[in-house]
Amino acid sequence: MTIIDHSLSVPSPRSITEPALAGKTETMVLNMGPHHPSTHGVLRLVVELDGETVVNVAPDMGYLHTGIEKSMESKTYQQALVMTDRTDYLAPLSNNLSYVLAVESLLQCEIPERAQTARVLLVELQRISSHLVWLGTHALDLAAMSVFLYGFREREQILDIFEMVSGARMMTSYFRVGGLAYDLPEGFLPAVKALTDVMPSRIDEYESLLTNNIIWKQRTMGIGAIDSAAALQYGMTGPGLRATGVAWDLRKAMPYSGYENYTFSIPTATNGDIYDRYLVRMAEMRESVKIVEQAYTRLKAMGPGPWQTSDRKIAPPPKIEITESMESLIHHFKLWTEGFKPPRGDAMVAIESPRGELATYIVSDGSPKPYRVHMRAPSFINLQALPHMAKGQLMADLVALIASLDPVLGEVDR
Amino acid sequence: MDNTTISTRLTEQFGARIQRFDSHRGGDVVAYISAADLIEVATFLRDDEMSFSFLENLCGVDYLGRTPRFEVVYHLLSMKNRVRVCLKVGLDATNPTVPTLTGMWQTANYQEREAYDMFGITFTDHPGLDRILMPEDWVGFPQRKDTPLGYEEVAFTFNQAQIDAHKPFAKE
Amino acid sequence: MGLETKAGDMGVVTTSLETVANWGRTNAMWPLLFGLACCAIEMMGAQGANYDLSRFGMEINRASPRQADLIIVAGRVSRKMAPVIRRLYDQMSEPKWVIAMGDCASCGGVFNNYAIVQGVDEVIPVDVYVAGCPPRPEALIDGIVQLHAKVERMKLDGTLRDRAPIHV
Repeated sequence: MTIIDHSLSVPSPRSITEPALAGKTETMVLNMGPHHPSTHGVLRLVVELDGETVVNVAPDMGYLHTGIEKSMESKTYQQALVMTDRTDYLAPLSNNLSYVLAVESLLQCEIPERAQTARVLLVELQRISSHLVWLGTHALDLAAMSVFLYGFREREQILDIFEMVSGARMMTSYFRVGGLAYDLPEGFLPAVKALTDVMPSRIDEYESLLTNNIIWKQRTMGIGAIDSAAALQYGMTGPGLRATGVAWDLRKAMPYSGYENYTFSIPTATNGDIYDRYLVRMAEMRESVKIVEQAYTRLKAMGPGPWQTSDRKIAPPPKIEITESMESLIHHFKLWTEGFKPPRGDAMVAIESPRGELATYIVSDGSPKPYRVHMRAPSFINLQALPHMAKGQLMADLVALIASLDPVLGEVDR
Repeated sequence: MDNTTISTRLTEQFGARIQRFDSHRGGDVVAYISAADLIEVATFLRDDEMSFSFLENLCGVDYLGRTPRFEVVYHLLSMKNRVRVCLKVGLDATNPTVPTLTGMWQTANYQEREAYDMFGITFTDHPGLDRILMPEDWVGFPQRKDTPLGYEEVAFTFNQAQIDAHKPFAKE
Repeated sequence: MGLETKAGDMGVVTTSLETVANWGRTNAMWPLLFGLACCAIEMMGAQGANYDLSRFGMEINRASPRQADLIIVAGRVSRKMAPVIRRLYDQMSEPKWVIAMGDCASCGGVFNNYAIVQGVDEVIPVDVYVAGCPPRPEALIDGIVQLHAKVERMKLDGTLRDRAPIHV
């Protein structure tokens, strides 16, 4: 017999109605609609207010539901990769990595070290660029507009690197099953060096604008606090959980893609309020710069090498081989007309995306198309903690709270 | 602690109530159980020294053409021992019902709503089992295998005019 | 020739009312803050310092549809969101223009399924389609410049809008 503790329960929008209290003050139900400047996408919040204080809030999502999981079932594994870019659109390379690692777990194939190192480098660059957008929009919501413009200046530099590597600024689809899509181009390493040389001083610049700023502190300190037990109950992961004091980061706890070979630390904080989440993410940007520098040194020392697995049944052969070898031609033909067929079974791989734990669960039935793909999206799960954090706060704090949770609606709705 | 320990402890505690064991391609233990045993097995895994205290993932899968047709997949994570276990509950096609886990982990709330919305799996005692991703008045469960994808025909030059005639273009 | 110099000396410029009205409309066309998905991030990048949109008078995004002239539909439109877009479009006052930014807003994009409206032109009439997934900020700026060229051809009589769309 289960006893449900509804005190922590996450409300659904239909459960918030105006109570008819005779002779007492009533609360007001307000709609913070899908079209709103501060909801970070098309998120609808049904807010119950007592004056200016939030009594209860229920998120209503689905305004960006794209049916990605069902669409992926009708595409081959290679084609379905393109759809993963568009779930968490602030960190497409993280999504690519999660999906690609899950398919490689199904296939149990070997990835060469050059590809692993390049993956780590690019994913950490992606983490920095995602945190820059978070910082910019968070500051913009609290009316510190210059930080938005400064953050996007660095972001453009990072997007230039992605464009150099894959041809696209955002939706790169650069990680493929078996390794990378193409080899790293020649100007890549100098561009990365130029970025890491300049990035720490830029992060110092952002911190000088916000960290000791009285207005910023008054709007973020002590607001929206959550303790670690409640955070774990709600399934929070990522910077939100680390700000409550739990030092859980999948890159250190259950490493993937060679993360055990890099030296970096996990920043944590104690109070779990908005200010702590801000501090944790700023510290994470610095740690990411360190990882990028280490990956850069490795790549430079490694020299040129294979960037995809040598198993020709999974990764296509280089074009020049097709003119020389019959097997390469047949492999190329089979890969492009039919696609590779992983054995029957399922796989679950979790990575640490900028928002938290992003896991992909794939079921294969032996055909070239995945049978079921499910993405455990961190923003979707983290959003359940919002009502708990918002109770008793002011309406204006709700805006700061959503920004500090850093939801990406593409991931929430899929 | 490794995977054989998990399966041994589960067999010791529950014996034949674990229908069978399997593993993910990456090596994680998978245990097939029935809906009635779910809460007990999850409580045991959480309170035992293995300490699977975090509900990582909850999703539904539709195996059309197989009995049982639906399956709810639970992934539990042990932060202390850095290991994952998977529980799978098979449900039949006519009335797929399984007890809710919101009493143990509040994180199950939205994920169970999503499984209900996409597959039609009901969770008993859920505090508010409404549609979460589709509009409230949507009929049907989109991710079931017998629901079509609903795509529009690809337009080439020979059928472009015909497609445009059927499309509801907005005129002001 | 004598007339222009005489008029210039007196500080008088001759033009038509249409030209002046259209000049006013293009120089500070305020977009509605309407980013849906990934294209919204590129739109924000276009408003950043590198690809500055404020040189078109567009640095300010109005949150209220009553105060906006232009709606840039940036991102995929789901079936749940379509009535919301229609309502926002109806609330905007004339003259108003629509840019469908990105492949999903133009034609459904990568997503051809039950959940996505195949092109926002099923819901609201579109003036400029900007292709790309997502379109680069330069492509969006090209779309805006083409829209300005279209607005400058607008007439002041009953046929207010020339709705033949432009594909960028």
